[in-house]
Amino acid sequence: MMKHFKKGGIHPDPCKITAGGAVRRVESPAIVNVMLSQSIGAPARAVVKPGQAVNRGELIAEASGFVSSPIHSPVNGIVKKLEPVRDAQGIWRPAVVIEREEVGSDEDGRHKESDCPDSISAEEIIRKVGDMGVVGAGGATFPTRVKLSVPDGKKVDFVLLNGAECEPYLTCDDTLMRRKPIEILRGMRYIMKATGASRGIVGIEANKPQAIAAMRDAADRYPEIEVDVLRTAYPQGSEKQLIEALTGRRVPAGRLPLDVGVIVDNVATAYNVMEAVELDKPVIERLVTVTGPALTSPGDFLVPVGTPISTLIEAAGGLPDNTGKIIAGGPMMGRAVSNPDAPSVKGMSGVLVLPMEMSRREEAKACIRCGACVRACPMGLEPYLLMTYGERDMDEEARAADVLSCLECGSCSYVCPSARPILDYIRLSRTRLRSKK
Amino acid sequence: MDTEITKNLNISLSPHIHTGRTTRGIMLDVVIALVPALLISIWVFGADALFTICTCVASCVLTEWLINKYMLRRTVTITDCSALITGLLLAFNLPSILPWWMAVIGSVVAVGVGKMSFGGLGTNIWNPALVGRVFLLISFPAAMTTWPTEIASGIDSVSGATASTGATALHYLNHPDVTPNYLGMAVGQMNGSLGEVGAFALLIGLGYLLIKRVVTWHIPVSILASAAFFSWLFGGYPLADLLAGGLMLGACFMATDYVTSPITGKGKLIFGCMIGLITIIIRRWGAYPEGVSFAILLMNSFVPLINRYCRPKRF
Repeated sequence: MMKHFKKGGIHPDPCKITAGGAVRRVESPAIVNVMLSQSIGAPARAVVKPGQAVNRGELIAEASGFVSSPIHSPVNGIVKKLEPVRDAQGIWRPAVVIEREEVGSDEDGRHKESDCPDSISAEEIIRKVGDMGVVGAGGATFPTRVKLSVPDGKKVDFVLLNGAECEPYLTCDDTLMRRKPIEILRGMRYIMKATGASRGIVGIEANKPQAIAAMRDAADRYPEIEVDVLRTAYPQGSEKQLIEALTGRRVPAGRLPLDVGVIVDNVATAYNVMEAVELDKPVIERLVTVTGPALTSPGDFLVPVGTPISTLIEAAGGLPDNTGKIIAGGPMMGRAVSNPDAPSVKGMSGVLVLPMEMSRREEAKACIRCGACVRACPMGLEPYLLMTYGERDMDEEARAADVLSCLECGSCSYVCPSARPILDYIRLSRTRLRSKK
Repeated sequence: MDTEITKNLNISLSPHIHTGRTTRGIMLDVVIALVPALLISIWVFGADALFTICTCVASCVLTEWLINKYMLRRTVTITDCSALITGLLLAFNLPSILPWWMAVIGSVVAVGVGKMSFGGLGTNIWNPALVGRVFLLISFPAAMTTWPTEIASGIDSVSGATASTGATALHYLNHPDVTPNYLGMAVGQMNGSLGEVGAFALLIGLGYLLIKRVVTWHIPVSILASAAFFSWLFGGYPLADLLAGGLMLGACFMATDYVTSPITGKGKLIFGCMIGLITIIIRRWGAYPEGVSFAILLMNSFVPLINRYCRPKRF
């Protein structure tokens, strides 16, 4: 019995060309730029000074508020300077620039096995998850410590792990589930312990049979954890849609999963939780899918934080001549890259290189009121109407039409036969409304 | 990495991929769906039918081109193929022997008044082809109800003895003593406007549109079901009402026009049921023998209201 969300959704070509391939390791460059803002919330505050030697995994910036997350050095080296670096969108943001020591010195020497993880307390798990800089690895980069700190009076019944990976092209979660199923489930159990949840469900889309088999095999030893198959549909991995599919519960507009007793984490986040708790290992590397129809050697790469996007593309065979667009993330929700030399960050799950013919939008035509966007919207909104409100600055009308519950999943723009920039204008309304608050 | 390629990267907001389905592609699907009915009309009415169709299509496309080019002075939009469909549908609503200049006037009104005066495709309130047809019906009532006395499919299964008067299938509706020949009506052995004569061919076209997911079942099914129900309720021949006149054409191709029909399934059902009811009321008690065009146009006017009250359920 395949589970799925009930309303809307689309079925883009999965294009999982890198599925089942080997994981290759990418080396950090000689100069590593580590961004200080790698999570939602306040940027981390640097605690190192120029000239200071740092080890791989050493704290270089601390959390600067409740919703904030510390940053650790991905390499052994010397801090050169603290200065802004251009991010993937070309915006200058504070960073720590580290000159790496001789090649081959980045060993995991200082990480130790923890003695008895099963006896660890909830507080200890939350502290370690916070100290090791674990953030949502699915792309939202919400500090996991905050998510695990359940406020008094709230009860968590379910911890859900998101292994849907519904974005076309991306395969890093698939690869992680195939290779590290037991580690992911151990991380899941720490999350369950920290939040007091008694049941855990892992949701995986049906187009990843090997990941499902591996995870089910690993889940055999834990009676409180089940692995459910999800129908392949976008946006199956969206938080509210995943909760509906796996538990039948609906998160009301403007509320959090916690309000219906659920916590959702990405499978890669659970893996990072395991590393943080058992190995005291901070988040300094992650799996990144580097893919595209014209790349000669696409695949999943183990990438230290701070590795330039351009280095990843080189590792995947180099930039094809007809490249028209580079995307950080997947094709549905990822962001176009204007600066390929920008360093990778904790939330970057993929680099997608699209050829010129796939990188331009069609010219927008008149809306023919076909209703395709309304049928595709997983939130039951009327995107064609919201676009008109956005175009005409009718923000209060847009608010009344629930523009603020839009997921920005892009299903409306994807299906529009007139290629109208529906989501662009919805974002405009949302941005204006949020800045008014 | 600093090359000619990275200097010229395209930057846009997500999503970065698209279905590939286009407005033009949808319109061409509708044209394909109209082909069976078009062939039937040529079989029944011969070269007259082809001539009327060509006249309407050419004048509709030309009207849109001229208005874009010389009145609105904007990019020409005829490549979206919507004027082509308006022309085809208008021709389907005309008698094959209508004088050519009337067909031209109808086309100019359909595209010029029915569509372009509102701003072009997507902004019109009423189905353009029906605006053209009703304009002609009111202006030239005699010519619009004069049918060829001989049709190529041989027996006129409807009028039988009264073939010389050129009665259409609607004849039954007011002559309950004549037993209708349903099979003949379904395959084109009857008189009427070009696109009214082959219910079966229209249904094949509808099947194509449903398979290609160009339209949903809501509007055609609700119109036909509601018309049959009210025909039965008011003591008529439900099957004759379905097969006769423009009901099948209206249900499959005119009322399903995206621009002038409601967005949600619930809205479409209300829209369709009301069209069925109004059609039967006009046929029974109205001054005109046929009511499909008026019923659709009337309900077109209510579409904004229906859309307002039939919103999709929020998550």
